[in-house]
Amino acid sequence: MSSTSNTADLSVRRPDLSAARLRKRYAAERRFRLYGVIAVVTAVGMLAVLLASIVLNGYTAFWQTQMQLTVTPTAEQIGLEGEPTPENLQETNFRPVVYDALFALFPDVTDEQARRELRGFVSGAAARTVRQQVIDNPSLLGTSFDVWVKTDDKIDMLQKGYVDRDLPPDRRLLDPNFIAWHDQLAEQGRVDAFFNTSFFTGSDSREPEQAGILSSTVGSFLTLFVTLLLSFPIAVLAAVYLEEFAPKNKLTDLIEVNINNLAAVPSIVFGLLGLAVIINFFGFPRSSPLVGGIVLSLMTLPTIIISARSALRAVPPSIREAALGVGASRIQTVTHHVLPLSLPGILTGTIIGMAQALGETAPLLMVGMVAFIVEVPTGITDASTVLPVQVFLWSTSPERAFIEKTSAAIMVLLAFLIAMNATAVLLRKKFERRW
Amino acid sequence: MNISVFLLTLVALLAFSYWVGRRRAYTVSGGHPVHLHSLPSYYGGYLALWCGLPGVLLAAGWFLVEPQVAQWAMLQTLDPATKDLPPQRLQLLMTDIQNLAAGYGIFREVTPEIERAAAAYNDVFAFGRSIALVAALSLSVIGLGVGRRFIRTDLRARNKVERVITIVMIVASTIAIMTTIGIVLSLLFEAVRFFGRIPIDNFLFGLTWDPQTAIREDQVAAEGAFGAVPLFTGTLLITAIAMAVAVPVGLFSAIYLSDYAPKRIRGSVKPLLEILAGVPTVVYGFFAALTVAPFIRDTFGGLGLSVSSESALAAGAVMGIMIIPFVSSLSDDVMNAVPQTLRDGAYAMGATQSETIKQVVFPAALPGIVGAILLAISRAIGETMIVVMAAGLAANLTANPFEAVTTVTVQIVTLLTGDQEFDSAKTLAAFALGITLFAVTLALNVVALHIVRKYREKYE
Repeated sequence: MSSTSNTADLSVRRPDLSAARLRKRYAAERRFRLYGVIAVVTAVGMLAVLLASIVLNGYTAFWQTQMQLTVTPTAEQIGLEGEPTPENLQETNFRPVVYDALFALFPDVTDEQARRELRGFVSGAAARTVRQQVIDNPSLLGTSFDVWVKTDDKIDMLQKGYVDRDLPPDRRLLDPNFIAWHDQLAEQGRVDAFFNTSFFTGSDSREPEQAGILSSTVGSFLTLFVTLLLSFPIAVLAAVYLEEFAPKNKLTDLIEVNINNLAAVPSIVFGLLGLAVIINFFGFPRSSPLVGGIVLSLMTLPTIIISARSALRAVPPSIREAALGVGASRIQTVTHHVLPLSLPGILTGTIIGMAQALGETAPLLMVGMVAFIVEVPTGITDASTVLPVQVFLWSTSPERAFIEKTSAAIMVLLAFLIAMNATAVLLRKKFERRW
Repeated sequence: MNISVFLLTLVALLAFSYWVGRRRAYTVSGGHPVHLHSLPSYYGGYLALWCGLPGVLLAAGWFLVEPQVAQWAMLQTLDPATKDLPPQRLQLLMTDIQNLAAGYGIFREVTPEIERAAAAYNDVFAFGRSIALVAALSLSVIGLGVGRRFIRTDLRARNKVERVITIVMIVASTIAIMTTIGIVLSLLFEAVRFFGRIPIDNFLFGLTWDPQTAIREDQVAAEGAFGAVPLFTGTLLITAIAMAVAVPVGLFSAIYLSDYAPKRIRGSVKPLLEILAGVPTVVYGFFAALTVAPFIRDTFGGLGLSVSSESALAAGAVMGIMIIPFVSSLSDDVMNAVPQTLRDGAYAMGATQSETIKQVVFPAALPGIVGAILLAISRAIGETMIVVMAAGLAANLTANPFEAVTTVTVQIVTLLTGDQEFDSAKTLAAFALGITLFAVTLALNVVALHIVRKYREKYE
């Protein structure tokens, strides 16, 4: 027992193992752990809020309010000249027909002012819908038939419950007449919601009810096509050279540092490069998927190179040595053995890079892909826009109806991204090899 | 001849030459490919190179000079009097002619002279291009004929083909350098022109940003002010807010996921965080403008603070959310790289897990974490869409997060979209901002990557 008293005398500091201190330390431990949980929950919660806000704002855009009109088009009224052939009918104007049908629904609206207002009740696309029906079936001409046409976006918003009826009229942004007319039609069962096909088959429009994403989706595909065509071969060649052939010297070091830095350069700088060099210096057509694709491929190159290199590095040296041992040249070794084995990894990286490029907006604003495009682009030199830019354009529009359009376009964009990333994950799972 | 016809013909020619090369190799070897130096397919590839390279180079060369040739042809048709116009007006005229040639309407009277010029301009694209492409194809055919003569049994076809492949690979791997050089040169070139008009110290230290310049010189208008300090402070304010959100959340997530979380949770939470990283920035921007900004305005406005509808706080907070996965995955990496032996040592001394993390793992991983945070800062500075959509345009010199501020990237976007005259100080200012942005982020990246790399080597 003497030894214990000795150490006590030497007053060595011993850990305080008292229960109180231990409790404190364990409490600190639990607190620390709780911070971690809170952080993770915050991050995941933010993701949930983000997705929920997009979905809740946007899901209604997949439905579109339509109203039933009873139209009676006559050759005289639509200004048809000659036989009712599709070509001749294409030249006609069905607006008066639509307006007459509309006035017939509200016989008590006779005032010129109110009638002008009533015209705004249907979408500008209504006349086209009726015309298309007549073109499909010319025998309808001169007869009376029912047709469902789109209403104006304001009515659409009202139908979907985005207009607060309790607000005083001057803050409601919707004419009281419109509400009365809408309710009257709703009572008659002449207003209903339909699946909004024109959102997928239509192009951009100033009228929210006619706006669709077809042209921007096609633009996105063309741009991605150019990006893939340029970046994939270049990235694979560069990765193979740096990983398999390059001697260790100043130049390859510089290239390496450069690639890593380029991966972290702000995307908008690539847009400036595209504007200054590709458009102004080389004279490539502005706003075209060609220029957008070049800019995006410069941007995604580092991503693909980096992932391709790690895929190449994962192939064990024994494979190379075996090939070289039986007399293959170095290039044969790479093309016959190393590349095929690392291809799944390279493709995974490429898909992830493409997904990044698909969601990119800022550099494309710089090269002018921010124009108002109504026609669907047919080639890589046509002026076009892309999905994320379309989202940006719609988000700056003041109409309430564009909020749901924007959210819906975002959902489509996210669906593409999820599909691409899921493919990448599946590819990795299916072909991943542990050596 | 249009490009797609050219490409299809070229591909057909290449396939044909490959086939010819192989056949030729069989023939010269007398039907015994063993006598050949290389495999027959290499002779095919060799001939395909002879066929393809000259033609493709010629075509590529034409496309590089095509716009210049077209402009030159256009100038030739103009009257001598027109050619003597001052350079700026001549430039305007040429732009108009190009627009007319492209089929757009122009805001000037279309004289026969202009029509002639537009026709000459279009001719270059129609006939000139056809001639060039036909010439390229002819060159390919000639190359095919010439190359075929070289095929003999002792031709070292494999070595030659492989040398070409190697050269192509080297060129491909220098594209990263070319891109950097391209960025630096193009930004520098325009920025120097800008600093020729606005002194550099006005730009770097000026306190007012109001890039409205007179369009015509005789116009009476405010001389634009190009003091970028409000933009720098705005960028810094938003970056600071973003970091205040991203660093604690990201760091604690990384600690929890790397040291505490059971495998199952780690396996499901990590991909969720990756989703956060994969969401396009334009979506975050929309989220910030539509959901977060009104929320902040209502919450803090309800407390009696004045909050503008586009506030630095909304943009910064959402940017922080975007950067969380960036911080967490990088710090996760560096903390995982800390050797288990260090942890075991601490446990053996009786330390609790949190004490081990705070006093052993974290200090050991600190350089790497600092590197990660620097990279995240560079990300935040360069982020564009969120601030464009949620931070506003007002160049306020303020540190109040409830006010609208503007950033460098927002100004680049606003200066360069919409109608632009490409020679005004206004558009050039965007490039001056661009090179500032590039320089700052590059410096941050170099330092950060250096730290991260050095740190990784330490424990390997």
